Amino acid sequence: MSTTTYQQPSLQGYYGKFGGAYIPEMLHRNVEELRNRYLEIMQEASFQKEFQELLKDYVGRPTPLYLAKRLSKEFNTQIYLKREDLNHTGAHKINNTVGQILLAERLGKKRIIAETGAGQHGVATATVCALKGVECIVYMGEKDIERQAPNVARMKILGAKVIPATSGSKTLKDATNEAIRDWINNPNDTHYIIGSVVGPHPYPDMVAKFQSVISEEMRWQLKEKTGSELPTHVLACVGGGSNAAGAFYHFLDELSVQLIAVEAAGHGVNSGLSAATTQLGKPGVLHGSKSLVMQTADGQVVEPHSISAGLDYPGIGPLHAHLYESGRAEFLSATDEEALEAAFHLAKIEGIIPALESAHALAVLNCRRFQPADVVVVCLSGRGDKDLAAYMQHL
Amino acid sequence: MPGLFLLEEKGRDRGKMSRIKKLFETKQANVLNVYCTAGYPQLDSTLKVMKALQDNGADLIELGMPYSDPLADGPIIQHSSSVAIKNGMTIPVLFEQLKNWRHNNSSSGAGGLILMGYMNPVLQYGFEKFCADAASVGVDGLILPDLPEYEFETEYGAIIKKYGLDFIFLVTPETSEERIKKLDALSTGFLYAVSSSSTTGSDKNMTDVNAYLQRLKSYELKNPVLVGFGIKDKATFETACNNANGAIIGTAYIRALENSDDVSKTTKEFLDKVLR
Repeated sequence: MSTTTYQQPSLQGYYGKFGGAYIPEMLHRNVEELRNRYLEIMQEASFQKEFQELLKDYVGRPTPLYLAKRLSKEFNTQIYLKREDLNHTGAHKINNTVGQILLAERLGKKRIIAETGAGQHGVATATVCALKGVECIVYMGEKDIERQAPNVARMKILGAKVIPATSGSKTLKDATNEAIRDWINNPNDTHYIIGSVVGPHPYPDMVAKFQSVISEEMRWQLKEKTGSELPTHVLACVGGGSNAAGAFYHFLDELSVQLIAVEAAGHGVNSGLSAATTQLGKPGVLHGSKSLVMQTADGQVVEPHSISAGLDYPGIGPLHAHLYESGRAEFLSATDEEALEAAFHLAKIEGIIPALESAHALAVLNCRRFQPADVVVVCLSGRGDKDLAAYMQHL
Repeated sequence: MPGLFLLEEKGRDRGKMSRIKKLFETKQANVLNVYCTAGYPQLDSTLKVMKALQDNGADLIELGMPYSDPLADGPIIQHSSSVAIKNGMTIPVLFEQLKNWRHNNSSSGAGGLILMGYMNPVLQYGFEKFCADAASVGVDGLILPDLPEYEFETEYGAIIKKYGLDFIFLVTPETSEERIKKLDALSTGFLYAVSSSSTTGSDKNMTDVNAYLQRLKSYELKNPVLVGFGIKDKATFETACNNANGAIIGTAYIRALENSDDVSKTTKEFLDKVLR
């Protein structure tokens, strides 16, 4: 009998039929070391003490759970926003990088590499490397470097070296390939901080655990505010899926809680310019794990599209592929236009400018009819500062 | 699984010795395996390149199935893969091209043919169908660097074996002795010793490589050992052969093909420089 719950993958890193560690032998020793040690290190008292202290005093946690009154009134229900946008560096990404830098330190690694798409994970990684005085190299697609100049500057100010990925489509997928290649070529002193719940086992589980602080806080915050730890719905956007994994984590095995993941439909799911992986993808292997992957009939990975660089990824974490296939979570999507509209709307009625990613989660509130007694939590994964250029075009 | 027995009929006679094994029975030293990307530099280059390799001293041919995200490969081989994909190379196209290979080369005693590639395109083709079709067009062995040993043992290994294909695992200087012995036990044909932890096409310190190869030798492995990654010319080939059964050249050959307008001539010149 299988002992896996939705939370915990099998020993080999499988959530249902998705996961595993599909890596070349050159990566085996590093991944194996991580697999053997991550749980033990994360449970150490000294690790937990430092991790909790940094989350509190450096990141600024707990982040508020805010009852959005005007938004709630509009939908005739109770909508809470989990304010990950108020974290240091402006998004949930730093929960994971703080955890992984402490882990890397305990593994004796002196050099950190990371991939980044929009630059949020790159900034969060550069930040914790500066905090610890560790060398930081961030791989970023050549095209993304052009599109995300402010974040490139932030990483450089923080002391990181930004290396353009010039292979393939020159975006996040290729930056990830380049980071993995760097790790192959530097097997002894380097730790790779993956930014999402993707990659070979144990990354999906490790990143989900670091991000699970989001739902851990939601539970006691909801108890304080509503008298119950459990909401009726949790909504989060999904690219690779790290904020959704964190927002869902402590509710995964609470089957009364409806989990709603929102993918980026781009110009529309069937427009040819989309990033809705569960709708368009097929089972396959990408970046070291078996999951759903957007690809051609011949198995070549295709370039997705979303206005939100953080959701512009042709795969999805294996946990989410399993949540989709098992029906545990419902997967919806929002187009570029719907996300923009939702972002402007939230700004106007609540005074919060969300990141484009988070705006996708807000956009599907329209598609659902909620009861007045429902408690709906939307994970506001990041703030909109980085998206000003896109927003300015639509003023 | 219905249909399995039907497919079995197409599989190669399991009693028959594999071409790769046969090769190592007659030749234990200086075995040369050359990698090339199928459909590169042109879509129809595949057979010309293979013929030229065979005619000019390659003992084994390792044919790369191009993939958009080849993690273990450096920029040169990735570029050749991108070109091949643009040229229209796919697994079905490759099998179509290979249909005539054994037939046209039966009299000259064609050597071993290995397909190298990544799991995703193979899974899309259908893993069992892939093995069946590969065996039927005369492929002898497979290298799938991102097929992990756990999944090999629990799922895919039996299918590969059923169609009489050899499966070659990679080991690196970072692989533990225990794991090397395990991967050797699971491999058939030969063991692929990656000369240092790196992607393809990087330069290597050959002194370190020698110490590693001598360590491999001391384990008395069941399979012959071929060294790959960093082998690019006569000097590196000979150094590798001093401590192993042979070596694999990839990136250097792809680089030679890049600017070639006559793949047969380029291949002859390239192999002459390595072997003579």
